[in-house]
Amino acid sequence: MSRSVPLTVLAGGIALLAGLAIQIISADAVWSPSYGLAAALLASSYLLAIVWRHGAAAAFLLLAIVHLAAIPLIGHIGHGEGEMGPAYWALLISGWLAAWTSVTRLTAAARSVPPSARQAINLLIPFVFGVWLILIWEAVTRGAGIPQVLLPAPSAVWAKLIASLPILWADFVQTFMKAVIAGYVLGCGIGFGTAILVDRSPFLKRGLMPVGNMVSALPIIGVAPIMVMWFGFDWQSKAAVVVIMTFFPMLVNTLEGLSASSAMQRDLMRTYAASYSQTLLKLRLVEALPFIFNALKINSTLALIGAIVSEFFGTPIVGMGFRISTEVGRMNVDMVWAEIAVAALAGSAFYGSLVLIERTLTFWHPSNR
Amino acid sequence: MTDIQATDAASGAGGTAEDDAFRVIEARELCLTFETNDGPVHALSNVDLTVDRGEFVSFIGPSGCGKTTLLRVIADLEKATAGTISVNGMSPEEARRKRAYGYVFQAAALYPWRTIAGNVALPLEIMGLDKAERAERIARNLELVNLSGFERKFPWQLSGGMQQRASIARALAVEPDLLLMDEPFGALDEIVRDHLNEQLNQLWDRTNKTVIFVTHSIPEAVFLSTKIVVMSPRPGRVHDVIDCNLPRERTLDIRETPEFLEIAHRVRDGLRAGHAYDDE
Ligand SMILES: Nc1ncnc2c1ncn2[C@@H]1O[C@H](COP(=O)(O)OP(=O)(O)O)[C@@H](O)[C@H]1O
Ligand SMILES: [Mg+2]
Repeated sequence: MSRSVPLTVLAGGIALLAGLAIQIISADAVWSPSYGLAAALLASSYLLAIVWRHGAAAAFLLLAIVHLAAIPLIGHIGHGEGEMGPAYWALLISGWLAAWTSVTRLTAAARSVPPSARQAINLLIPFVFGVWLILIWEAVTRGAGIPQVLLPAPSAVWAKLIASLPILWADFVQTFMKAVIAGYVLGCGIGFGTAILVDRSPFLKRGLMPVGNMVSALPIIGVAPIMVMWFGFDWQSKAAVVVIMTFFPMLVNTLEGLSASSAMQRDLMRTYAASYSQTLLKLRLVEALPFIFNALKINSTLALIGAIVSEFFGTPIVGMGFRISTEVGRMNVDMVWAEIAVAALAGSAFYGSLVLIERTLTFWHPSNR
Repeated sequence: MTDIQATDAASGAGGTAEDDAFRVIEARELCLTFETNDGPVHALSNVDLTVDRGEFVSFIGPSGCGKTTLLRVIADLEKATAGTISVNGMSPEEARRKRAYGYVFQAAALYPWRTIAGNVALPLEIMGLDKAERAERIARNLELVNLSGFERKFPWQLSGGMQQRASIARALAVEPDLLLMDEPFGALDEIVRDHLNEQLNQLWDRTNKTVIFVTHSIPEAVFLSTKIVVMSPRPGRVHDVIDCNLPRERTLDIRETPEFLEIAHRVRDGLRAGHAYDDE
């Protein structure tokens, strides 16, 4: 069955032909050179997909043509914002299926290339996925004329983002650089320290764990206003909320990690007459690293959410959460999305750098080697 | 016939002060009972054992007869519930604190985040040796187990036999007079095992260390030992102690000689009798 045409190619080809047919027969179709160019590029990509099926070179050429086609595909919308009909949607679906085909081919080709190239391909695939998510979002919002308040087009969000860089930066500094970082470092640090103490003392384990459990179950909506009363309107109260949110995951994970070393490894340290701190540093904490990083990763997300949401409950007139809540009230949804984009970017960068550090520190772990 | 005393086979019971200086292990009426959910497990019952300096003593017996447990009691990884035991004239705990022994576990138990050299360095770091001394001991002991050139490899990049050799180098690096080895070659194939047996025999012969060695294999025990302690299960106890006076310097060829086969035969009989006793 390897000679048969893959389903994505078949469906994409049909969508392309259907789009062209509708474009020709319907009276109110929007015409532009872009439409023709996009259709021609997609047609050639499907031809290529049928005649040259294997290898990295074919996959990359396909990928290039598909993304070239995306330019006129979006450009065509400019000739009739909000007036795109079935002929356009068929073309868009065809383009998406072509991209899907190219990614499938790329994945298949990745098996037969050297590891370094494979890593690059593995990075490329989610990137292509993200590009098409934004392309379709752009095409649907502008092509179908979806109201700005409901969902602004990515291009509109981008324009707003560029225009409001100083404000966004100030918000970022207030929320991320101050509240998130301070709260995260404190929360994770205290959680870690407590775990070391609890590990040494069974009494603390019995007394503290239920309390910690309860603290972690506190709703952020209830805690945030109280923290504002205790620590004031500025970032300190937000950092306090972040401390409360990040403390417990770190405590629990570190405790679990501290008991991850095997009995034989601990016996080995005993035969060397190693002291408590030597066993802790040279064995147990190293074994705990994957667990500790797990907590660090979970907490990076929690900290951002906590800091943003707690700004809804009183804040000086700066901050990402403050901006989101006020701009929603003013129907400036593009600004809200610009803040969301900044938060997503900061969150991903935070998480990503933790993953990189984790990989270098736990290279020895069976899951990484 | 319950407890043939290991002492009888050694230098004679009682012992003068002079004897004591050469006595590495002295156990009397040693008992260890594990309290489990299914009731008590008598892992060791009235075990008597003496080991003198420079001896190579093997514990042999079916699994579950308490070989590991006895070794762990000597190493102070387990506490006896009754009886007395001394290691180098001290309590096992004192001996452990003085780093009197090196312990080789059934699995290599190397730390995956340390290189081979780093693993051998671990006990030396804990002992607080300086860098030059550590480097010297690492090089010497890796050489001893034929692992020179693998210093910078990580354990998971080495075969099982090489890992086990690295763990032996790690135990030797502490430079203990007493080596405790729990089926160190159990997981290895026959050829690697033969080779390591020869190396271990040479090592013992050259360094005059005392070795206590747990094994399942009769030829291995006879080839390596000066004394074979045959154990039997339920309750774990010493069934017989067999002297093994082959020349100190041996090659694997010795396994074909009548003397060797005679001792192997006695060990096998001992193991059978231990089982028969168990069946009554
Ligand atoms: N930690 C423990 N808890 C309970 N029972 C144990 C424990 N360790 C060993 N045993 C039991 O003690 C007996 C002797 O075990 P072991 O010394 O490991 O035997 P061997 O090494 O000769 O195979 C076995 O029955 C075993 O199940
Ligand atoms: Mg055992």
